[in-house]
Amino acid sequence: MSFIPHTPAQQKQMLDICGVKDIDALFADIPEGLRPKSFNIPAGRSELEVHASLENLAGQNYSHLVRFVGAGFYDHFIPAAVDAIASRSEFYTAYTPYQPELSQGTLQAIYEYQTAMCRLTGMEVANASLYDGGTALYEACQMAVHATGRTRIVIDGGVNPIYRKMIHSYTANLSLDLCEVGVSHGQSDRKKLFDAIDEQTAAVLVQNPNFFGVIDDHSDIAKRCHDLGILAVQSVYPVAMALLKPPGDMDIDIATGEGQSLGIPLSFGGPYLGFMATKKKFVRKMPGRLVGRTVDSAGREGFVLTLQAREQHIRREKATSNICTNEALCALRAHAYLSLVGEQGIKEVAQLCLDKARYAKERFKSIPGVEVMEASPTFNEFTLRLPMDAGEFAGRMIERGFAAGFPLGRYYPGMENYLLMAVTEKRSKHDIGRMAEALEDALCQ
Amino acid sequence: MSVIYDKSVPGRRGVRLPRSDVPGHTAIPEPYRRRSALNLCELSELDVVRHFTALSRKNFGVDTGFYPLGSCTMKYNPKFTEKIAQLDGFSSLHPLLPQLRRGGMLTQGALAVLYELESMLCEICGMDAFTLHPMAGAHGELTGMMIIAAYHHDKENNKTEVLIPDESHGTNPSSAAIAGYSTRPVPTNRKTGVLDLEALKDMIGDQTAAVMLTNPNTLGIFNAQIREIADLAHKHDALLYYDGANLNAILGKFRPGDGDFDVVHVNLHKTFGTPHGGGGPGAGPVGVKKHLVDFLPISRVVKRSDGTHALDYDYPKSIGYIAPFYGNFSVCLKAYAYILNLGAEGLSQVAENAVLNANYAMHCLKDDFEVPCLRTCMHEFVISASRQAENGIRALDIAKALIDRGFHPPTVYFPLIVKESMMVEPTETESKETLDAFVGAMKDIARQSRESSESFAGAPQSTPVGRLDETRAARQMDFAYALSGA
Repeated sequence: MSFIPHTPAQQKQMLDICGVKDIDALFADIPEGLRPKSFNIPAGRSELEVHASLENLAGQNYSHLVRFVGAGFYDHFIPAAVDAIASRSEFYTAYTPYQPELSQGTLQAIYEYQTAMCRLTGMEVANASLYDGGTALYEACQMAVHATGRTRIVIDGGVNPIYRKMIHSYTANLSLDLCEVGVSHGQSDRKKLFDAIDEQTAAVLVQNPNFFGVIDDHSDIAKRCHDLGILAVQSVYPVAMALLKPPGDMDIDIATGEGQSLGIPLSFGGPYLGFMATKKKFVRKMPGRLVGRTVDSAGREGFVLTLQAREQHIRREKATSNICTNEALCALRAHAYLSLVGEQGIKEVAQLCLDKARYAKERFKSIPGVEVMEASPTFNEFTLRLPMDAGEFAGRMIERGFAAGFPLGRYYPGMENYLLMAVTEKRSKHDIGRMAEALEDALCQ
Repeated sequence: MSVIYDKSVPGRRGVRLPRSDVPGHTAIPEPYRRRSALNLCELSELDVVRHFTALSRKNFGVDTGFYPLGSCTMKYNPKFTEKIAQLDGFSSLHPLLPQLRRGGMLTQGALAVLYELESMLCEICGMDAFTLHPMAGAHGELTGMMIIAAYHHDKENNKTEVLIPDESHGTNPSSAAIAGYSTRPVPTNRKTGVLDLEALKDMIGDQTAAVMLTNPNTLGIFNAQIREIADLAHKHDALLYYDGANLNAILGKFRPGDGDFDVVHVNLHKTFGTPHGGGGPGAGPVGVKKHLVDFLPISRVVKRSDGTHALDYDYPKSIGYIAPFYGNFSVCLKAYAYILNLGAEGLSQVAENAVLNANYAMHCLKDDFEVPCLRTCMHEFVISASRQAENGIRALDIAKALIDRGFHPPTVYFPLIVKESMMVEPTETESKETLDAFVGAMKDIARQSRESSESFAGAPQSTPVGRLDETRAARQMDFAYALSGA
């Protein structure tokens, strides 16, 4: 069951060529004292048995709950053609395209993906992918530190708290100074942000829409950053970019984000897609692979990995990042998704999210004891204030078949009664109505 | 072939979205609204499918042909694991569900997969605990280095440096540097092909945080002195790190934990059959010994006395979050299915046949190519094109000539310590017939280099493009397709 093609007779022939009598002789370099003390792995099982056993485990997961939980990771519709395209094994069984003549498919797809991300974000250059939205934001911090030679990072409280925790982990052993600033009415608090900036500040990190789903125009923050030689970094939700002012139009220096919403399944946390786009003048500081267009010896157009002197396999300890394997197939999915829904389709997805979230807000607002936070405009996610602990409430909703949202108290002390809810194009008016009924019922329990 | 944006037809639609079933049309308020054009594609579904199908035909994967790329373990990727990853109970599962109250009970199947895979990786590697969070091999290295840094910080050790062999992968020094350490290369003994122990003795000291190794190393040679190296490191309270890039060679034959390694990362996309995806996604789980368990990233999956699984965040010494959730779950799921399918015996057979294939191919090629370390190799071996270079034919020329003979080339110019190196890793899933055909092609190329070296110049000719102008790409900096008319 090891997918090994050799017959015993062939193994014997091959051992003869090697000049040894058996396979054990090939492992003679491993002394007896270093042999495994144990190797208690269960005996192999057939494909049929393994599939049955994992189908059983899959059945223990309640993936069919009606989902109003988002918090940066969204339940969007994925056209079947995305799976069909990503299932071409010429794509998924290939390695990194280091041999360009054999990899024009992957290389052109990445170049087109880079183009799509530039157009979506309004930026000049996008890389081939990073692991996820959180590591992408951390990489942006590193990039800003290297570009400015400074050490302070100011982080808006509207940045996904999971990402903020990740940045703290990654910088724990480095001499960087992280400063987090609270939000005001759910939006970036300009006064606090500007007060937190000093001459050692390398970057200001903001998010749009932010963790509360609130939308913003960070042009003023970018302007203030530039006056002081600071890089403005914005993490964005790519679907929302169809309707919202993109980072390029705000003069943001580095845009990052989580690309999961672009045709990538939730899959219990990964693989996802970190993206990064920047201005051309920062490209040599950028982490990760980059595909460029060129020509071959006969003048035919082709694509290659380029500016590799930034990367670890060339620059080793001086590389801009240690990233090697990235999320290429997820980038391919995102590109396929954007191509399939197209210019008009992505706008419609975003508009459906916006309209349904607006409808849900209206619907939930009418429930006694429930307050919708409306001080600032939102995209497809918003906050409810409940007359009870939101964690306990979410538990009650699970019993009613709903993943109702994300309780904010876990990351925002004092917000124990607040619940973050997301609505995508997959939620019907009927779902929202049932959710409203269950919500009312759960509050009365 | 033209880029997809050139095929766009204004007004053409692909996948349709449903009409809105809720009343009203909401407008984004003015200052926040997008005013600039999107300029994405406007194509039919068939246009898009044909475009990508045409692209796929310009790609070479393991399913296309032999892919002996050293250090990358391009083995066959079983199809049944792809099907399992697509089961709705896994693929549609929101990662925040188990973090909601009473939600953990609704994700027991997924948590069981994580817990069981961690346990199996512990047994395969001889470690005490694993985290599945790292999303690639280099991410595993960085996580491992962060764990090492947290350990030294906790013990108030003042450590500044990580020692790394000169034959190592580039990610090793880069990961150590990004974790905050300076790095120094340890020379390889050219006779034995393994780390020079005497040099290590001279270099190691109280400033040493860790020694990072891969075993077998990138020359494909197993270092039997590993315990001595471990003792030496531990004497200075430096930790020993195992880069699992080459784990395929030693499954069931050697466990890093038994060799006194403190930290290991494994590449599920190399050793455990998950596809490389054209550069990713992978997964780089990290295993540690008991003294480092407290520093593992959170969350961790635990098994309770009633047999159920849960997430636990209560590890005050943890390095914290290194991933948004639990790692690249669906990659882990595929690797778990692969391990269940192979079992203990199957895993050992992987190593046995990977090593057999490498030794067989090396012996078949040794008369035609220089073999810098001609001794029993493990799962891969390095040859040098130094003899061919005398006729002006370099490793890169050989790589391109192989392409025209239907093979993906080996890794070239790595490891850096061998001139004109070509690193060949056949993997266990390749048949003798395939190896013989590859050997035949290599011998033919060796002959051609002696007889008509000028004939290499035009290779490859069988591919959609020939050798590309990399200088022009770097100078031109065309990373995104310009808008027509722009």
